[in-house]
Amino acid sequence: MIKRIWHEWGAVVRIGLLGGVVALYLCLAGLVGVFSERALITGIISLGHTLLVLAGLITGYVGARRAPAGRGRSVLGGGLAGLITGLMLMLLVLVGSRVNLRAVMLNASPLLYDLLTFNQGVAGLWVPVLLGTVLGTLGGLIYRLPPQARRPAIWGLAALLGLGLFAGFLRTPMLTGGLSGLARFLFGPEGLTPAGALITLVLVVGGMVIRDFAEPPARKRIAALPDPDRLRLRRVAIGVGLLLGALVVLALPYALGPFVSQVVALVALYVLMGLGLNITLGFAGLLDLGFVAFFAVGAYTVGLLTSTAEYGIAQWSFWAAVPFAVVIAMAFGAFFGLPILGIRGDYLAIATLGFGEIIRILAGSDLLKPMLGGPRGILNIPKPIDGLLPGHPLAGPNQIYYLALLCAALVAFVAIRLRDSRLGRTWMAVREDEDVAEALGVNLVQTKLLAYMLGAAFAGLGGALFAGLIGSIFASSMQLFVSINVVSLLIVGGMGSIPGVVVGAIFLIGLPELFREFSEYRFLFYGATMIAMMLRKPEGLLPSATIKRELHAEAEEEAPPVDTAAGNATTS
Amino acid sequence: MPILIARQVTKRFGGLVAVSGLDFEIETNAIVSVIGPNGAGKTTFFNCITGFNHTDEGDILFNSTPIHHLRPDKIAHLGISRTYQNIRLFATMTALENILVGQHSHLRSSWMGAVLGVRPTREEEDRAHEEARRLLRFVGLRGKGDVLAHNLPYGDQRRLEIARALANKPKLLLLDEPTAGMNPAETEEMMNFIRRLRDELGITILLIEHQMRLVMGISERITVLDYGEKIAEGTPREIQTNPKVIEAYLGRGGAAEASGRVNPPSVSAMPAPSSAG
Repeated sequence: MIKRIWHEWGAVVRIGLLGGVVALYLCLAGLVGVFSERALITGIISLGHTLLVLAGLITGYVGARRAPAGRGRSVLGGGLAGLITGLMLMLLVLVGSRVNLRAVMLNASPLLYDLLTFNQGVAGLWVPVLLGTVLGTLGGLIYRLPPQARRPAIWGLAALLGLGLFAGFLRTPMLTGGLSGLARFLFGPEGLTPAGALITLVLVVGGMVIRDFAEPPARKRIAALPDPDRLRLRRVAIGVGLLLGALVVLALPYALGPFVSQVVALVALYVLMGLGLNITLGFAGLLDLGFVAFFAVGAYTVGLLTSTAEYGIAQWSFWAAVPFAVVIAMAFGAFFGLPILGIRGDYLAIATLGFGEIIRILAGSDLLKPMLGGPRGILNIPKPIDGLLPGHPLAGPNQIYYLALLCAALVAFVAIRLRDSRLGRTWMAVREDEDVAEALGVNLVQTKLLAYMLGAAFAGLGGALFAGLIGSIFASSMQLFVSINVVSLLIVGGMGSIPGVVVGAIFLIGLPELFREFSEYRFLFYGATMIAMMLRKPEGLLPSATIKRELHAEAEEEAPPVDTAAGNATTS
Repeated sequence: MPILIARQVTKRFGGLVAVSGLDFEIETNAIVSVIGPNGAGKTTFFNCITGFNHTDEGDILFNSTPIHHLRPDKIAHLGISRTYQNIRLFATMTALENILVGQHSHLRSSWMGAVLGVRPTREEEDRAHEEARRLLRFVGLRGKGDVLAHNLPYGDQRRLEIARALANKPKLLLLDEPTAGMNPAETEEMMNFIRRLRDELGITILLIEHQMRLVMGISERITVLDYGEKIAEGTPREIQTNPKVIEAYLGRGGAAEASGRVNPPSVSAMPAPSSAG
């Protein structure tokens, strides 16, 4: 009997325990405590509590999925999982009130227990248990909802969370504009106001429901169109989307202020470098962990050629120096590439790692100090447009934003053209099987060297812009972490996928920058994301193969329905 | 005139002599097979011709040009293509892209032209795509150009590999076990297809094969290798009755038994080894 029950409910209990461990981790790592100061919805819920609420909801949802089949059992499963999670938090409070956990775990403070029991101390032990059960049941209920209702519910919660987190970025510019009344109504000093939260929820849920009811006929009409018309429609839709996107991007620095535009410029810089490494690693399959070397070469070239301070040698304008920087970076690509072309796989990564470190250490060394300034770096690099058109409206803090975006767009265009060219195909063939490629007449040395050089050129351009953006360069900016970041953004975005580079850069560079207020935990987020990605979506967020399938959707639509229907039946 | 001549070719891997003093010729426009038990050195010989391995001794001449010290890509440029025993397609590229890579030797456009989108490059790409589609049709893969290579069924992958080799416009095509894993009907089809390659495209064909039905049915001449050495050469009929060949395949006892009969067991009845070394 017990064995049978365990067989049926064991998975749910395990999920509950897992949820409890996550909740305990959130508490003991200090996330709950630190973010209890930051409101998500003013006066109603803090971000710290939100984390715990989310833990409860998600535990309930997953627990419901693992519950045995049967009427109402999934809700029961959710409740059970939530109850176990709550019990574990209760245990924490109980133990914490008897034993001094603080000696080992800094964050196990009375403040935390007050947060967990709503300031009732040991008398409030029931609070986490009850809340855990309620939230778990709610999670189970969300799971039980039919898909038409479940999706709006989840999206509504996600929108609350997203807007609550980003409220500051929306509020500040609105306050300076003519919308200050609306801004005060919707957003508190941090997070949403209760009214704002309600409006968000109504808008999102209502919008999704209306979409679900309104769209099927529209979708059917589109599906009924003959192929060429449908393709044209899709093309028009993509065009309009791009145009709107471009407008938003152009207006962004005026709408959201200099901080956001700095972040976007940084993302664009990483997109540049990501597109460069995407050629060497994504297309040609050559893992380069010393990519920052080419970035450094580009930055130092521009620095030396344009600086008006101590180490400047030419005082050129930025624009004359940039092509030079790109060419020099390309030459370095060839120089570094030649000796290591014969190395395959993992060994290549180590060799390139060495190159990256050599450049960083040389730049900061006493040996080259008379030329590169050593740790003091090169200062007074002029801004790109100030020198060209002083006083022009384009000059000013936003110039790098536009310049970086322009360069990223240009480089993306070049990358797309390269990908679709004979060279791009050859790179991919070398990545897949270089022996076979060689037997088909591919000159491996030439092909790999070109991949190195073009990747290096993109990184050099990134470095040149970086010099213009910061206005000074130091050896300490050329850290290994830059290379790791670029590799990571390729992995997150999807190896070899050009849109993936953009998504990866936004995700790994942009979001952490925007979350500066949670600076202590940025790298926790970074690490957790990478692990989750590798477990769940090792191919990346926007893998190129998916895009390929998307493009050829017409050809495949006929065949698979039987398969997918069968798959759905077994999974649900 | 022979299109390919190998003289005293020897290839060693450490102490192992994979190919030893091999003399070999193949006439232009012929279909010739190399057979032999597992580990006889057949694939090593192929690798020597295509430049994967460099010979330790001996010369290989292709249309009177020595090729035994050239890199594989140079040899491909001269007009030698091959397929592989275990299919080696570019798995995550589409069928069409696989063939386009095969055309590499015949495309001239530079990456600069591709970035700038100049007209000669675009025209060359269009022609290459046209040619690739024609090859797809030729090998019977019409309409499968956009399928990723690893999603194709096994037989189609074999044919795609041949199409990719054909894209190089070879004068000499080396097929390493083209019918491995095929049933009799598919083998029959492949046999006819190989004949078409020779008859319609005028390609000289050198085969490694284990399915004796195919070897005996299609080859004009057969070379038998055993332990890296050539033990016999001749027409299918001569090979079928050659005692040395029977010994190599069946062992000494089998050969003795065979020699006692009027009508010896033909090689076509020999068990095909499951895989080659």
